[in-house]
Amino acid sequence: MSVELRSEDFDPWRELQRHQEANPQLAGRFGATCVFVGTMRDFNEGDTVEAMTLEHYPAMTQRHLEDIANEATSRWNLLDTLIIHRYGDIRPNDPIVLLAVWSTHRADSFPACRYLIEELKTRAPFWKKEMLEGNERWVEKNTPG
Amino acid sequence: MTITVKFFASLRETVGRDECRLQSATTALDAWNAATDARAVPPNTLVAINMEYAELSQAVKDGDEVAFFPPVTGGAR
Repeated sequence: MSVELRSEDFDPWRELQRHQEANPQLAGRFGATCVFVGTMRDFNEGDTVEAMTLEHYPAMTQRHLEDIANEATSRWNLLDTLIIHRYGDIRPNDPIVLLAVWSTHRADSFPACRYLIEELKTRAPFWKKEMLEGNERWVEKNTPG
Repeated sequence: MTITVKFFASLRETVGRDECRLQSATTALDAWNAATDARAVPPNTLVAINMEYAELSQAVKDGDEVAFFPPVTGGAR
């Protein structure tokens, strides 16, 4: 299991490849990999969004992301879990979050990946502030799935 | 006795401070009142004590870190 908070832009596809290469014990064992990538849009609630700042509560965020990954591992039969989440200044088209789950069969990885994103959105202490044209605002609530 | 109080995101801006230390507090609400001059707690405010979600009525003790913040909005939008 790997949980990372990043201040810099990252390439989720390269990170996936890197994680698999760094964990050769997975090779030949997993039959299913479920991946979710959350990416910043350039619009929200009818407005153009130029940039965003993602604030977090560092130690609490790390702890709760690890708790969520551990819960998924106990609920489903998973071989490995990877979470990478950005914080700081983010621009449209930048990845915000990468979630990946490896399992023997898809019946475990699909619901586990969904569990990770839904729990993350309601429990991990992150807050988005959007920069609009000549204005800024805090995002008050999550969009429905 | 020292209680550390932290505020995040829009609540930090509303309250006008990000962190303070209190010499005494009995509950999270007591800590809020002491740190904000008894400002009304905004609706939907979340509380964490030592980085675990808690209730405003929950007791605090020496060395605790009490955090107040709005609903969280991580992940993809």
